[in-house]
Amino acid sequence: MREITLSQAVNEALAEEMRRDPTVFILGEDVAEAGTPFKVLSGLVEEFGTDRVIDTPISEPGFVGMAVGAAMTGARPVVDLMFGDFIYLVMDQLCNQAAKQHYMSGGKLTVPMVLRTNLGATRRSAAQHSQSLQALVAHIPGLKVALPSSAYEAKGLMKTAIRDNNPVVIFEDKLMYQDKAPVPEEEYLIPFGEANVKREGRDITLIATSSMVQVAEKAAELLAQEGIEAEVIDPRTIVPLDEKTLLDSVRKTSRAIVIDEGHQSYGVTAEIASRLNEKAFYHLDAPVLRMGAMDVPVPFSPALEDLTVPTPEGVVENARKLCAGELIHAA
Amino acid sequence: MAKAKTNTEDYLRMYRQMVRIRTFEDNANQLYLSAKMPGLTHMYSGEEAVAVGICEALTDDDRITSTHRGHGHCVAKGAEFKEMFCELLGKAEGYCRGKGGSMHIADQSHGNLGANAIVGGSMGIATGSALRAKLQGKDDVTVCFFGDGATAQGLWYEVMNMAALWNLPVIYACENNGYSEYTKTEEIAAGSIMARAEAFGIEAHQVDGQDVLAVNELTQELVARARKGEGPFFMELMTYRYHGHHVGDINREYYRSKDEEKDWKDNRDPIIRFRAFLVSEGIATEEEIEAMNAEIEKDATDAVAYAEKAPYPPAHEVDMHVFAD
Repeated sequence: MREITLSQAVNEALAEEMRRDPTVFILGEDVAEAGTPFKVLSGLVEEFGTDRVIDTPISEPGFVGMAVGAAMTGARPVVDLMFGDFIYLVMDQLCNQAAKQHYMSGGKLTVPMVLRTNLGATRRSAAQHSQSLQALVAHIPGLKVALPSSAYEAKGLMKTAIRDNNPVVIFEDKLMYQDKAPVPEEEYLIPFGEANVKREGRDITLIATSSMVQVAEKAAELLAQEGIEAEVIDPRTIVPLDEKTLLDSVRKTSRAIVIDEGHQSYGVTAEIASRLNEKAFYHLDAPVLRMGAMDVPVPFSPALEDLTVPTPEGVVENARKLCAGELIHAA
Repeated sequence: MAKAKTNTEDYLRMYRQMVRIRTFEDNANQLYLSAKMPGLTHMYSGEEAVAVGICEALTDDDRITSTHRGHGHCVAKGAEFKEMFCELLGKAEGYCRGKGGSMHIADQSHGNLGANAIVGGSMGIATGSALRAKLQGKDDVTVCFFGDGATAQGLWYEVMNMAALWNLPVIYACENNGYSEYTKTEEIAAGSIMARAEAFGIEAHQVDGQDVLAVNELTQELVARARKGEGPFFMELMTYRYHGHHVGDINREYYRSKDEEKDWKDNRDPIIRFRAFLVSEGIATEEEIEAMNAEIEKDATDAVAYAEKAPYPPAHEVDMHVFAD
């Protein structure tokens, strides 16, 4: 199968959906001729014109709000939010407006829009361009949240997001834009709420999102050398969450580590760990561990920044302890 | 008064719609005072000529976005009393199945994109609706209602900029009732509100919001031009809020005098003024107007009685409509 980059995969997904559905359009800062700072959208304006690939002023609440209004009246906007950190700027439009219109109207209004943005530290971009804020939006009822972990997921989830009748936030890992993965030539969609078992194993379950799937896979390779067989699962969407696949795995392995690049406290890892504890408690041989980013603003210096995110070595160390029973009485 | 429509039916419908709004609000206030209505509500009484003058210049294809003080927009854009009172009381037959209440009330089938309880919160939605119209080659126009208080929100300046850059068919209708919640507008607004729109190259008009024909005439002109791609436009409608910020805001002399309220009610009431015009022009007799008022009052009384007896939504609806299929 051919291999393409995550960036190309997103570009293909958008182009295919824009060809299929004339109501789909892109709105955001420097999305047209510039193709975004990451060049993910390069070429789209040439095919679809400036009426469907629309450059906006630097007014995030304004253009996200406009996407909500366009979506409510018959369009399917894909809004490009240049950095995930800018979500703070658009919280009212996303969480008070987009997320609640369907419910507040008793099901009469719908908001079929996609907000595509990014996450991920270690790009040496410091505290305001490095955050992974998926937990913030996953907390809000009415928003769906997708976290692609490779080019394959990025394409299939984007196409599903565009066809969904709800507001969907997609976080792409900005460090993975140039990572290649096998992506079929023929059309495919990835349904929301279906986790992907990336690697089977009997001893411990590593549940990892987005950028952390690679970390978990690397950890699993290292653990295999020690005779520990780790199962790696990528939920792909955290709203909706495929609880069944996660629980089935944990009931089999009896141990789990949840890994996500958002801050650890009150985060995605806490939510998933809590559900495993509530629903698979009697199957567990050890506490479910969370591994998120450190609870610090992301520092600039590489010497410090690299300490803040989960690493394969860190996962291996924790997995080893869990499998050896060392953490059972840790409290 | 300005003369916009020459058709007797149009005049009478405008009068009827203004009285319907006032009657709806009087009944809503009674429901609050008798503790039959959950929560609070923000009365539109006094501002009827704004909603009616504007909405009478729109078709069902045209959209509006409404505010926390939105009952007037809702009635004027074509809603019925029964579903409105049901919504106000949280009943299943309400326009939003009881999930929205007073602050989100809207008859979506007539182009009302919802009442928004975040001050200024719908400015993006309205402008986005206009962007959709332009992109899809439709000629509908969107009117964004908001109060003078909302002019302090930054969102407005962001979307006005884009609306002006792209000539979007949106009309920003600022209902300036003189008060930003519990504070005089002059204490929260520096400079001129009109000039803020003009700074973006947006044509701005100030109009007497107590004169329904003046509001209607201006809106008709602006809507027609917006349909041809000459938008956006800004209207500042000078009006007055008879009640407090909400129904519970009773003792308000610390920010507004009773003399001032009395002056607006006695001398500038939009319904009294228009009624006098209808009679003096021979469009309706006093008797005909009294009969119309009585009929509307009866409609409201019947709708309230219906809503009071109507069932609440069943418990299983609590997690319906979080996501669309």
